[in-house]
Amino acid sequence: MSILVIAEHNNSSLNGATLNAVTAAQAIGGDIDILVAGAGCGGAAEAAAQVAGIRKVLVADNAAYGHQLAENVAPLIAEVAAAYSHVLAAATTSGKNILPRAAALLDVQPISEISAVESADTFKRPIYAGNVIATVQSSDSIKVLTVRGTAFDAAAATGGSATIEAVASVHDSGVSSFVGEEIAKSDRPELTAASIVVSGGRGMQNGDNFEMLYRVADKLGAAVGASRAAVDAGFVPNDMQVGQTGKIVAPDLYIAVGISGAIQHLAGMKDSKVIVAINKDEDAPIFQVADYGLVADLFSAVPELESLI
Amino acid sequence: MKILVAVKRVVDYNVKVRAKADGSAVDLANVKMAINPFCEIAVEEAVRLKEKGIASEIVVVSIGAQQAQEQLRTALALGADRAILVQSETELEPLAVAKCLKEICAKESPEMVILGKQAIDGDNNQTGQILAALTGYGQGTFASVVEVADGSAKVTREVDGGLQTVSLKLPAIVTTDLRLNEPRYASLPNIMKAKKKPLDTVTPADLGVDTTPRTKLLKVEPPAERKAGIKVADVAELVAKLKNEAKVI
Repeated sequence: MSILVIAEHNNSSLNGATLNAVTAAQAIGGDIDILVAGAGCGGAAEAAAQVAGIRKVLVADNAAYGHQLAENVAPLIAEVAAAYSHVLAAATTSGKNILPRAAALLDVQPISEISAVESADTFKRPIYAGNVIATVQSSDSIKVLTVRGTAFDAAAATGGSATIEAVASVHDSGVSSFVGEEIAKSDRPELTAASIVVSGGRGMQNGDNFEMLYRVADKLGAAVGASRAAVDAGFVPNDMQVGQTGKIVAPDLYIAVGISGAIQHLAGMKDSKVIVAINKDEDAPIFQVADYGLVADLFSAVPELESLI
Repeated sequence: MKILVAVKRVVDYNVKVRAKADGSAVDLANVKMAINPFCEIAVEEAVRLKEKGIASEIVVVSIGAQQAQEQLRTALALGADRAILVQSETELEPLAVAKCLKEICAKESPEMVILGKQAIDGDNNQTGQILAALTGYGQGTFASVVEVADGSAKVTREVDGGLQTVSLKLPAIVTTDLRLNEPRYASLPNIMKAKKKPLDTVTPADLGVDTTPRTKLLKVEPPAERKAGIKVADVAELVAKLKNEAKVI
Protein backbone atom coordinates (compact mmCIF):
# COMPACT_ATOMS: atom_id res chain seq x y z
CA MET A 1 0.00 0.00 0.00
CA SER A 2 1.04 3.57 -0.53
CA ILE A 3 -0.46 6.52 1.23
CA LEU A 4 -0.58 10.17 0.22
CA VAL A 5 -0.90 12.68 3.05
CA ILE A 6 -1.98 16.18 2.04
CA ALA A 7 0.12 18.74 3.91
CA GLU A 8 -1.59 21.61 5.64
CA HIS A 9 0.81 24.53 5.74
CA ASN A 10 1.28 28.29 5.36
CA ASN A 11 3.92 27.87 2.61
CA SER A 12 6.79 28.42 5.06
CA SER A 13 6.00 25.82 7.72
CA LEU A 14 3.92 22.72 8.28
CA ASN A 15 0.73 22.88 10.36
CA GLY A 16 0.89 20.44 13.30
CA ALA A 17 -2.37 18.76 12.24
CA THR A 18 -0.47 17.21 9.32
CA LEU A 19 1.62 15.23 11.82
CA ASN A 20 -1.50 13.65 13.32
CA ALA A 21 -2.59 12.62 9.83
CA VAL A 22 0.83 11.04 9.28
CA THR A 23 0.31 8.93 12.42
CA ALA A 24 -3.04 7.75 11.05
CA ALA A 25 -1.23 6.84 7.82
CA GLN A 26 1.31 4.85 9.83
CA ALA A 27 -1.57 2.97 11.48
CA ILE A 28 -2.78 1.93 8.01
CA GLY A 29 0.77 0.93 7.04
CA GLY A 30 2.72 1.28 3.81
CA ASP A 31 4.88 3.85 2.07
CA ILE A 32 3.90 7.37 3.08
CA ASP A 33 4.38 10.39 0.82
CA ILE A 34 3.36 13.98 1.53
CA LEU A 35 1.93 16.37 -1.07
CA VAL A 36 2.71 20.03 -0.49
CA ALA A 37 0.67 22.29 -2.78
CA GLY A 38 1.30 26.00 -2.40
CA ALA A 39 3.05 29.05 -3.75
CA GLY A 40 6.61 29.66 -2.61
CA CYS A 41 6.15 26.61 -0.40
CA GLY A 42 9.77 25.43 -0.29
CA GLY A 43 9.92 25.95 3.47
CA ALA A 44 6.88 23.76 4.06
CA ALA A 45 8.30 21.11 1.74
CA GLU A 46 11.61 21.11 3.64
CA ALA A 47 9.68 20.70 6.90
CA ALA A 48 7.64 17.83 5.42
CA ALA A 49 10.85 16.06 4.33
CA GLN A 50 12.04 16.13 7.97
CA VAL A 51 8.97 14.27 9.27
CA ALA A 52 9.96 10.80 10.48
CA GLY A 53 8.99 7.90 8.24
CA ILE A 54 8.17 9.80 5.04
CA ARG A 55 9.39 8.32 1.76
CA LYS A 56 8.90 11.22 -0.59
CA VAL A 57 7.61 14.78 -0.59
CA LEU A 58 5.80 15.93 -3.73
CA VAL A 59 5.82 19.68 -4.21
CA ALA A 60 3.43 21.55 -6.49
CA ASP A 61 4.64 25.13 -6.26
CA ASN A 62 2.49 27.51 -8.27
CA ALA A 63 0.55 30.72 -7.72
CA ALA A 64 -2.68 28.80 -8.43
CA TYR A 65 -2.19 26.84 -5.18
CA GLY A 66 -1.19 29.82 -3.04
CA HIS A 67 -4.40 30.20 -1.05
CA GLN A 68 -5.39 26.54 -0.99
CA LEU A 69 -8.43 27.15 -3.18
CA ALA A 70 -10.29 23.84 -3.38
CA GLU A 71 -11.14 24.42 -7.05
CA ASN A 72 -7.43 24.30 -7.93
CA VAL A 73 -5.93 21.99 -5.30
CA ALA A 74 -8.59 19.24 -5.55
CA PRO A 75 -7.84 18.35 -9.22
CA LEU A 76 -4.13 18.26 -8.38
CA ILE A 77 -4.81 15.84 -5.52
CA ALA A 78 -7.05 13.72 -7.73
CA GLU A 79 -4.34 13.54 -10.39
CA VAL A 80 -1.56 12.60 -7.95
CA ALA A 81 -3.82 10.24 -5.95
CA ALA A 82 -4.24 7.82 -8.86
CA ALA A 83 -0.94 6.18 -7.84
CA TYR A 84 -1.98 5.63 -4.21
CA SER A 85 -4.24 3.34 -2.18
CA HIS A 86 -5.10 6.00 0.42
CA VAL A 87 -5.30 9.79 0.55
CA LEU A 88 -5.38 11.43 3.98
CA ALA A 89 -5.71 15.00 5.19
CA ALA A 90 -6.28 16.57 8.57
CA ALA A 91 -9.94 17.24 9.40
CA THR A 92 -9.33 20.98 9.62
CA THR A 93 -11.45 23.54 7.79
CA SER A 94 -8.94 23.35 4.94
CA GLY A 95 -8.96 19.54 4.76
CA LYS A 96 -12.74 19.44 5.01
CA ASN A 97 -13.01 22.00 2.22
CA ILE A 98 -10.63 20.36 -0.24
CA LEU A 99 -10.67 16.61 0.27
CA PRO A 100 -14.34 15.81 -0.51
CA ARG A 101 -13.92 17.76 -3.76
CA ALA A 102 -10.86 15.67 -4.64
CA ALA A 103 -12.69 12.45 -3.70
CA ALA A 104 -15.60 13.33 -5.98
CA LEU A 105 -13.21 13.83 -8.90
CA LEU A 106 -12.01 10.27 -8.22
CA ASP A 107 -15.62 9.02 -7.92
CA VAL A 108 -14.87 8.00 -4.33
CA GLN A 109 -17.11 8.33 -1.27
CA PRO A 110 -14.79 9.97 1.29
CA ILE A 111 -14.82 9.10 4.98
CA SER A 112 -14.72 12.11 7.31
CA GLU A 113 -12.93 12.56 10.63
CA ILE A 114 -11.70 9.05 11.28
CA SER A 115 -10.84 8.47 14.94
CA ALA A 116 -9.31 4.99 14.60
CA VAL A 117 -7.88 2.68 11.95
CA GLU A 118 -9.24 -0.88 12.20
CA SER A 119 -7.65 -2.14 8.97
CA ALA A 120 -6.65 -0.80 5.57
CA ASP A 121 -10.31 -0.44 4.56
CA THR A 122 -12.13 -0.12 7.88
CA PHE A 123 -12.23 2.94 10.10
CA LYS A 124 -14.02 4.29 13.13
CA ARG A 125 -15.58 7.72 13.15
CA PRO A 126 -17.87 9.66 15.46
CA ILE A 127 -21.39 10.47 14.25
CA TYR A 128 -24.35 12.25 15.89
CA ALA A 129 -22.11 14.75 17.69
CA GLY A 130 -19.94 11.93 19.00
CA ASN A 131 -22.82 10.17 20.77
CA VAL A 132 -22.24 7.16 18.52
CA ILE A 133 -19.04 5.69 17.10
CA ALA A 134 -19.51 4.07 13.70
CA THR A 135 -17.24 1.44 12.19
CA VAL A 136 -17.25 1.91 8.42
CA GLN A 137 -15.76 -0.22 5.66
CA SER A 138 -14.96 1.32 2.29
CA SER A 139 -15.13 -0.59 -0.98
CA ASP A 140 -13.70 2.24 -3.08
CA SER A 141 -10.38 1.46 -4.76
CA ILE A 142 -8.80 4.57 -3.26
CA LYS A 143 -9.71 5.43 0.32
CA VAL A 144 -10.02 9.16 0.87
CA LEU A 145 -10.04 10.08 4.56
CA THR A 146 -9.90 13.10 6.82
CA VAL A 147 -8.31 12.51 10.21
CA ARG A 148 -9.50 13.79 13.58
CA GLY A 149 -6.32 15.24 15.07
CA THR A 150 -7.20 14.58 18.70
CA ALA A 151 -7.53 10.84 18.03
CA PHE A 152 -3.95 10.36 16.79
CA ASP A 153 -0.68 11.49 18.38
CA ALA A 154 1.54 13.76 16.33
CA ALA A 155 4.29 11.99 14.34
CA ALA A 156 7.86 13.12 15.03
CA ALA A 157 8.50 16.35 13.11
CA THR A 158 12.20 15.54 12.70
CA GLY A 159 14.37 12.54 12.03
CA GLY A 160 13.22 11.91 8.48
CA SER A 161 15.10 12.46 5.25
CA ALA A 162 12.54 12.17 2.48
CA THR A 163 13.43 13.05 -1.08
CA ILE A 164 11.69 16.11 -2.54
CA GLU A 165 10.17 15.86 -6.02
CA ALA A 166 8.51 18.62 -7.99
CA VAL A 167 5.06 18.11 -9.51
CA ALA A 168 4.70 20.25 -12.60
CA SER A 169 0.98 20.11 -13.28
CA VAL A 170 -0.96 23.29 -12.79
CA HIS A 171 -4.70 23.35 -12.30
CA ASP A 172 -6.24 26.78 -12.40
CA SER A 173 -10.00 26.41 -12.63
CA GLY A 174 -10.69 30.10 -13.09
CA VAL A 175 -14.00 29.84 -11.20
CA SER A 176 -12.77 31.15 -7.85
CA SER A 177 -10.30 33.67 -6.52
CA PHE A 178 -8.92 34.71 -3.15
CA VAL A 179 -10.11 38.12 -1.94
CA GLY A 180 -8.69 38.44 1.54
CA GLU A 181 -8.50 37.06 5.03
CA GLU A 182 -8.68 38.13 8.64
CA ILE A 183 -6.52 35.79 10.62
CA ALA A 184 -6.74 36.11 14.39
CA LYS A 185 -3.36 36.89 15.93
CA SER A 186 -2.62 35.65 19.39
CA ASP A 187 0.42 34.90 21.51
CA ARG A 188 -1.50 32.10 23.18
CA PRO A 189 -1.17 28.52 21.97
CA GLU A 190 -3.36 27.33 19.11
CA LEU A 191 -6.64 25.92 20.41
CA THR A 192 -6.36 22.44 18.95
CA ALA A 193 -2.70 22.06 19.97
CA ALA A 194 -2.83 23.50 23.52
CA SER A 195 -2.34 21.22 26.53
CA ILE A 196 -4.68 23.41 28.58
CA VAL A 197 -7.82 25.11 27.29
CA VAL A 198 -9.99 27.59 29.21
CA SER A 199 -13.39 28.11 27.59
CA GLY A 200 -16.21 30.51 28.30
CA GLY A 201 -19.90 30.27 27.53
CA ARG A 202 -23.01 32.36 27.63
CA GLY A 203 -22.47 32.80 31.38
CA MET A 204 -19.61 35.18 30.60
CA GLN A 205 -22.33 37.72 29.68
CA ASN A 206 -20.16 39.76 27.28
CA GLY A 207 -16.87 39.83 25.40
CA ASP A 208 -15.14 42.10 27.90
CA ASN A 209 -15.57 39.53 30.64
CA PHE A 210 -13.46 37.08 28.61
CA GLU A 211 -10.50 39.18 29.86
CA MET A 212 -10.81 37.22 33.10
CA LEU A 213 -10.30 33.98 31.17
CA TYR A 214 -7.37 35.41 29.20
CA ARG A 215 -5.61 36.25 32.48
CA VAL A 216 -6.10 32.71 33.82
CA ALA A 217 -5.03 31.27 30.46
CA ASP A 218 -1.85 33.36 30.38
CA LYS A 219 -0.86 32.13 33.84
CA LEU A 220 -1.41 28.53 32.71
CA GLY A 221 0.01 28.84 29.19
CA ALA A 222 -3.44 27.90 27.96
CA ALA A 223 -5.52 28.59 24.86
CA VAL A 224 -8.95 30.21 25.20
CA GLY A 225 -12.04 28.72 23.62
CA ALA A 226 -15.76 29.39 23.69
CA SER A 227 -19.08 27.67 23.37
CA ARG A 228 -21.29 28.21 20.34
CA ALA A 229 -23.61 30.32 22.51
CA ALA A 230 -20.79 32.75 23.28
CA VAL A 231 -19.79 32.99 19.61
CA ASP A 232 -23.37 33.36 18.37
CA ALA A 233 -23.91 36.13 20.93
CA GLY A 234 -20.91 37.94 19.46
CA PHE A 235 -18.78 37.81 22.64
CA VAL A 236 -15.82 36.33 20.74
CA PRO A 237 -14.94 35.40 17.12
CA ASN A 238 -15.78 32.12 15.39
CA ASP A 239 -12.23 30.76 15.44
CA MET A 240 -12.64 30.22 19.20
CA GLN A 241 -15.65 27.91 18.95
CA VAL A 242 -15.26 24.45 20.42
CA GLY A 243 -17.92 21.90 19.48
CA GLN A 244 -19.46 19.53 16.96
CA THR A 245 -19.22 22.07 14.18
CA GLY A 246 -16.34 24.11 15.56
CA LYS A 247 -12.98 22.90 16.76
CA ILE A 248 -12.41 19.53 18.35
CA VAL A 249 -10.01 19.70 21.29
CA ALA A 250 -8.65 17.08 23.69
CA PRO A 251 -6.18 18.86 26.00
CA ASP A 252 -4.79 17.52 29.27
CA LEU A 253 -6.97 20.04 31.09
CA TYR A 254 -10.19 21.68 29.89
CA ILE A 255 -11.75 24.34 32.10
CA ALA A 256 -15.35 25.15 31.13
CA VAL A 257 -16.55 28.43 32.63
CA GLY A 258 -20.18 29.44 32.43
CA ILE A 259 -20.87 26.72 29.86
CA SER A 260 -24.05 24.68 30.32
CA GLY A 261 -22.82 21.70 28.28
CA ALA A 262 -25.07 21.36 25.23
CA ILE A 263 -24.62 18.13 23.24
CA GLN A 264 -22.86 19.97 20.44
CA HIS A 265 -20.35 21.56 22.84
CA LEU A 266 -19.57 18.26 24.61
CA ALA A 267 -18.85 16.77 21.16
CA GLY A 268 -15.89 19.12 20.86
CA MET A 269 -14.22 18.58 24.23
CA LYS A 270 -15.31 15.41 25.98
CA ASP A 271 -12.14 13.53 25.07
CA SER A 272 -10.10 15.95 27.20
CA LYS A 273 -8.10 14.14 29.89
CA VAL A 274 -9.32 16.24 32.82
CA ILE A 275 -12.42 18.41 32.66
CA VAL A 276 -13.24 21.16 35.13
CA ALA A 277 -16.62 22.87 35.13
CA ILE A 278 -17.41 26.12 36.89
CA ASN A 279 -21.09 26.98 36.72
CA LYS A 280 -23.60 28.43 39.15
CA ASP A 281 -26.34 26.04 37.96
CA GLU A 282 -25.71 22.75 39.74
CA ASP A 283 -27.98 20.92 37.28
CA ALA A 284 -25.99 22.04 34.21
CA PRO A 285 -25.23 19.01 31.98
CA ILE A 286 -21.55 20.01 31.86
CA PHE A 287 -21.19 18.54 35.38
CA GLN A 288 -22.02 15.07 34.01
CA VAL A 289 -18.74 15.00 32.09
CA ALA A 290 -16.63 17.04 34.54
CA ASP A 291 -13.98 15.37 36.69
CA TYR A 292 -14.08 18.35 39.02
CA GLY A 293 -17.20 20.44 39.27
CA LEU A 294 -17.44 23.73 41.15
CA VAL A 295 -20.89 25.17 41.68
CA ALA A 296 -20.12 28.84 42.04
CA ASP A 297 -20.58 32.28 40.55
CA LEU A 298 -17.86 32.51 37.91
CA PHE A 299 -17.36 36.23 38.59
CA SER A 300 -15.95 35.43 42.01
CA ALA A 301 -14.50 31.98 41.24
CA VAL A 302 -12.41 32.95 38.19
CA PRO A 303 -10.49 35.83 39.85
CA GLU A 304 -9.87 33.56 42.84
CA LEU A 305 -8.62 30.83 40.50
CA GLU A 306 -6.28 33.34 38.88
CA SER A 307 -4.82 34.29 42.26
CA LEU A 308 -4.28 30.70 43.38
CA ILE A 309 -2.50 29.29 40.33
CA MET B 1 -31.60 34.39 -10.51
CA LYS B 2 -32.82 30.98 -9.47
CA ILE B 3 -31.52 29.46 -6.24
CA LEU B 4 -31.59 25.78 -5.41
CA VAL B 5 -31.53 24.89 -1.71
CA ALA B 6 -30.92 21.36 -0.46
CA VAL B 7 -32.39 20.30 2.87
CA LYS B 8 -32.10 17.12 4.92
CA ARG B 9 -34.48 15.52 7.38
CA VAL B 10 -32.51 14.64 10.52
CA VAL B 11 -32.98 13.88 14.19
CA ASP B 12 -33.84 17.06 16.12
CA TYR B 13 -30.68 18.66 17.49
CA ASN B 14 -31.89 18.36 21.09
CA VAL B 15 -32.18 14.57 20.93
CA LYS B 16 -29.31 12.55 22.33
CA VAL B 17 -29.34 9.42 20.19
CA ARG B 18 -27.96 6.03 21.20
CA ALA B 19 -26.63 3.00 19.41
CA LYS B 20 -28.98 -0.01 19.46
CA ALA B 21 -27.90 -2.69 21.93
CA ASP B 22 -27.00 -5.10 19.10
CA GLY B 23 -24.75 -2.47 17.50
CA SER B 24 -26.53 -2.72 14.16
CA ALA B 25 -27.73 0.85 13.87
CA VAL B 26 -28.63 4.03 15.69
CA ASP B 27 -31.94 3.79 17.55
CA LEU B 28 -34.25 6.27 15.85
CA ALA B 29 -37.59 4.77 16.92
CA ASN B 30 -40.06 7.51 17.92
CA VAL B 31 -37.38 10.18 17.81
CA LYS B 32 -38.38 13.74 16.92
CA MET B 33 -37.24 14.67 13.40
CA ALA B 34 -36.57 18.14 12.01
CA ILE B 35 -34.93 20.05 9.21
CA ASN B 36 -31.14 20.01 9.69
CA PRO B 37 -30.21 23.31 11.39
CA PHE B 38 -27.60 24.22 8.77
CA CYS B 39 -30.15 23.55 6.00
CA GLU B 40 -32.60 25.88 7.71
CA ILE B 41 -29.92 28.58 7.56
CA ALA B 42 -29.54 27.79 3.84
CA VAL B 43 -33.27 28.29 3.23
CA GLU B 44 -33.22 31.55 5.19
CA GLU B 45 -30.29 32.87 3.16
CA ALA B 46 -32.10 32.13 -0.09
CA VAL B 47 -35.25 33.83 1.18
CA ARG B 48 -33.24 36.92 2.16
CA LEU B 49 -31.66 37.03 -1.31
CA LYS B 50 -35.16 36.91 -2.77
CA GLU B 51 -36.37 39.67 -0.44
CA LYS B 52 -33.44 41.81 -1.62
CA GLY B 53 -34.57 41.27 -5.19
CA ILE B 54 -31.47 39.27 -6.10
CA ALA B 55 -33.14 35.87 -6.30
CA SER B 56 -36.27 35.40 -8.40
CA GLU B 57 -37.17 31.80 -7.53
CA ILE B 58 -36.21 29.38 -4.77
CA VAL B 59 -36.43 25.66 -5.44
CA VAL B 60 -35.94 23.45 -2.40
CA VAL B 61 -34.90 19.84 -2.81
CA SER B 62 -34.50 16.97 -0.39
CA ILE B 63 -33.11 13.51 -0.96
CA GLY B 64 -34.74 11.12 1.46
CA ALA B 65 -37.72 9.07 2.48
CA GLN B 66 -41.32 10.08 1.83
CA GLN B 67 -41.52 11.75 5.25
CA ALA B 68 -38.94 14.31 4.09
CA GLN B 69 -41.97 16.04 2.52
CA GLU B 70 -42.54 17.49 6.00
CA GLN B 71 -39.17 19.26 5.89
CA LEU B 72 -39.83 20.43 2.32
CA ARG B 73 -43.16 21.92 3.49
CA THR B 74 -41.28 23.65 6.30
CA ALA B 75 -38.91 25.17 3.75
CA LEU B 76 -41.88 26.22 1.59
CA ALA B 77 -43.44 27.88 4.64
CA LEU B 78 -40.20 29.78 5.22
CA GLY B 79 -40.36 31.19 1.72
CA ALA B 80 -39.23 28.66 -0.91
CA ASP B 81 -41.42 28.65 -4.03
CA ARG B 82 -41.55 24.98 -4.95
CA ALA B 83 -40.10 21.68 -3.84
CA ILE B 84 -38.64 18.50 -5.27
CA LEU B 85 -38.34 15.28 -3.31
CA VAL B 86 -35.83 12.77 -4.63
CA GLN B 87 -37.39 9.84 -2.88
CA SER B 88 -35.19 7.06 -1.57
CA GLU B 89 -36.27 4.84 1.28
CA THR B 90 -32.66 3.83 1.91
CA GLU B 91 -30.25 6.42 3.29
CA LEU B 92 -27.94 7.59 0.51
CA GLU B 93 -24.29 8.47 0.93
CA PRO B 94 -23.14 12.06 0.26
CA LEU B 95 -21.64 11.04 -3.10
CA ALA B 96 -24.98 9.63 -4.27
CA VAL B 97 -26.89 12.60 -2.84
CA ALA B 98 -24.58 14.99 -4.70
CA LYS B 99 -25.06 13.00 -7.93
CA CYS B 100 -28.83 13.42 -7.57
CA LEU B 101 -28.38 17.14 -6.92
CA LYS B 102 -26.16 17.45 -9.98
CA GLU B 103 -28.98 16.04 -12.14
CA ILE B 104 -31.46 18.46 -10.54
CA CYS B 105 -29.00 21.28 -11.32
CA ALA B 106 -28.86 20.14 -14.94
CA LYS B 107 -32.67 20.35 -15.16
CA GLU B 108 -33.17 23.54 -13.16
CA SER B 109 -30.02 25.50 -14.06
CA PRO B 110 -29.80 27.45 -10.78
CA GLU B 111 -27.28 30.28 -10.48
CA MET B 112 -26.54 29.32 -6.90
CA VAL B 113 -26.96 26.19 -4.80
CA ILE B 114 -27.05 26.69 -1.04
CA LEU B 115 -26.60 23.72 1.31
CA GLY B 116 -25.87 23.29 5.00
CA LYS B 117 -22.18 22.68 5.69
CA GLN B 118 -22.99 19.41 7.42
CA ALA B 119 -25.92 17.36 8.63
CA ILE B 120 -25.94 16.80 12.36
CA ASP B 121 -26.61 13.06 12.00
CA GLY B 122 -23.76 11.79 9.83
CA ASP B 123 -21.51 14.82 10.52
CA ASN B 124 -19.89 14.24 7.11
CA ASN B 125 -19.49 17.81 5.85
CA GLN B 126 -19.12 16.61 2.23
CA THR B 127 -22.18 17.05 0.03
CA GLY B 128 -21.63 20.68 -1.03
CA GLN B 129 -17.99 20.10 -1.86
CA ILE B 130 -18.80 16.93 -3.83
CA LEU B 131 -21.57 18.68 -5.76
CA ALA B 132 -19.14 21.51 -6.55
CA ALA B 133 -16.68 18.98 -7.97
CA LEU B 134 -19.32 17.19 -10.03
CA THR B 135 -20.66 20.43 -11.53
CA GLY B 136 -17.26 22.12 -11.82
CA TYR B 137 -18.63 25.14 -9.91
CA GLY B 138 -16.73 27.16 -7.36
CA GLN B 139 -17.45 26.48 -3.70
CA GLY B 140 -17.85 28.86 -0.78
CA THR B 141 -17.97 26.50 2.18
CA PHE B 142 -18.66 27.41 5.85
CA ALA B 143 -20.10 30.77 4.77
CA SER B 144 -20.77 33.56 7.24
CA VAL B 145 -21.46 36.29 4.66
CA VAL B 146 -22.73 35.95 1.07
CA GLU B 147 -22.88 38.94 -1.28
CA VAL B 148 -24.03 38.60 -4.88
CA ALA B 149 -23.17 41.16 -7.56
CA ASP B 150 -22.22 41.27 -11.24
CA GLY B 151 -22.31 37.55 -11.94
CA SER B 152 -20.23 36.57 -8.96
CA ALA B 153 -20.65 35.77 -5.28
CA LYS B 154 -18.32 37.07 -2.60
CA VAL B 155 -18.33 34.57 0.23
CA THR B 156 -16.73 35.06 3.63
CA ARG B 157 -15.82 31.70 5.12
CA GLU B 158 -15.28 30.68 8.74
CA VAL B 159 -11.89 28.95 8.79
CA ASP B 160 -9.73 27.65 11.64
CA GLY B 161 -7.58 30.78 11.75
CA GLY B 162 -10.40 33.30 11.43
CA LEU B 163 -12.15 34.43 8.25
CA GLN B 164 -11.32 34.05 4.56
CA THR B 165 -13.12 35.76 1.68
CA VAL B 166 -13.29 34.27 -1.81
CA SER B 167 -14.96 35.40 -5.00
CA LEU B 168 -16.84 32.79 -7.02
CA LYS B 169 -18.12 32.99 -10.56
CA LEU B 170 -21.80 32.11 -10.80
CA PRO B 171 -23.17 29.51 -10.83
CA ALA B 172 -21.61 28.59 -7.50
CA ILE B 173 -22.09 26.35 -4.47
CA VAL B 174 -22.41 27.85 -0.99
CA THR B 175 -22.48 25.88 2.26
CA THR B 176 -23.69 27.62 5.39
CA ASP B 177 -22.06 28.06 8.75
CA LEU B 178 -23.87 29.05 11.94
CA ARG B 179 -23.31 32.79 11.77
CA LEU B 180 -24.67 33.31 8.25
CA ASN B 181 -28.09 34.30 9.56
CA GLU B 182 -30.71 33.54 12.17
CA PRO B 183 -33.60 31.69 10.53
CA ARG B 184 -37.09 33.10 10.98
CA TYR B 185 -40.08 31.19 12.25
CA ALA B 186 -42.75 30.31 9.74
CA SER B 187 -45.99 32.22 10.28
CA LEU B 188 -49.28 30.36 10.37
CA PRO B 189 -50.58 31.93 7.13
CA ASN B 190 -47.32 30.93 5.41
CA ILE B 191 -47.63 27.38 6.75
CA MET B 192 -51.12 27.23 5.25
CA LYS B 193 -49.92 28.69 1.95
CA ALA B 194 -47.04 26.21 1.82
CA LYS B 195 -49.51 23.33 1.64
CA LYS B 196 -50.62 24.59 -1.78
CA LYS B 197 -47.15 25.13 -3.22
CA PRO B 198 -45.98 22.55 -5.79
CA LEU B 199 -44.02 19.53 -4.58
CA ASP B 200 -42.76 17.10 -7.22
CA THR B 201 -41.40 13.65 -6.47
CA VAL B 202 -38.77 11.83 -8.50
CA THR B 203 -36.49 8.90 -7.73
CA PRO B 204 -32.72 8.55 -8.16
CA ALA B 205 -33.50 6.04 -10.94
CA ASP B 206 -35.60 8.67 -12.75
CA LEU B 207 -32.52 10.89 -12.61
CA GLY B 208 -30.29 8.08 -13.88
CA VAL B 209 -28.17 8.05 -10.74
CA ASP B 210 -26.46 4.89 -9.53
CA THR B 211 -26.77 4.97 -5.74
CA THR B 212 -24.90 1.74 -4.97
CA PRO B 213 -23.27 2.30 -1.57
CA ARG B 214 -19.48 2.56 -1.43
CA THR B 215 -19.24 2.05 2.30
CA LYS B 216 -20.71 -0.46 4.69
CA LEU B 217 -21.68 0.32 8.26
CA LEU B 218 -20.24 -2.62 10.20
CA LYS B 219 -21.09 -1.54 13.70
CA VAL B 220 -22.21 1.33 15.89
CA GLU B 221 -21.30 1.63 19.54
CA PRO B 222 -21.45 4.17 22.33
CA PRO B 223 -18.34 6.29 22.88
CA ALA B 224 -16.08 5.59 25.85
CA GLU B 225 -17.90 6.66 29.01
CA ARG B 226 -16.33 9.21 31.28
CA LYS B 227 -16.09 8.20 34.93
CA ALA B 228 -18.33 10.23 37.18
CA GLY B 229 -16.45 13.15 38.69
CA ILE B 230 -16.72 14.91 41.99
CA LYS B 231 -17.91 18.29 43.15
CA VAL B 232 -15.37 20.44 44.94
CA ALA B 233 -16.38 22.88 47.67
CA ASP B 234 -14.36 25.90 46.61
CA VAL B 235 -11.63 27.22 44.35
CA ALA B 236 -8.88 26.31 46.83
CA GLU B 237 -9.94 22.65 46.78
CA LEU B 238 -10.17 22.72 43.00
CA VAL B 239 -6.62 24.06 42.63
CA ALA B 240 -5.32 21.52 45.17
CA LYS B 241 -6.96 18.64 43.25
CA LEU B 242 -5.58 19.85 39.93
CA LYS B 243 -2.09 20.13 41.40
CA ASN B 244 -1.91 17.04 43.57
CA GLU B 245 -4.45 14.55 42.24
CA ALA B 246 -4.79 15.19 38.52
CA LYS B 247 -1.31 16.76 38.30
CA VAL B 248 -2.27 18.87 35.29
CA ILE B 249 -1.14 22.29 36.54
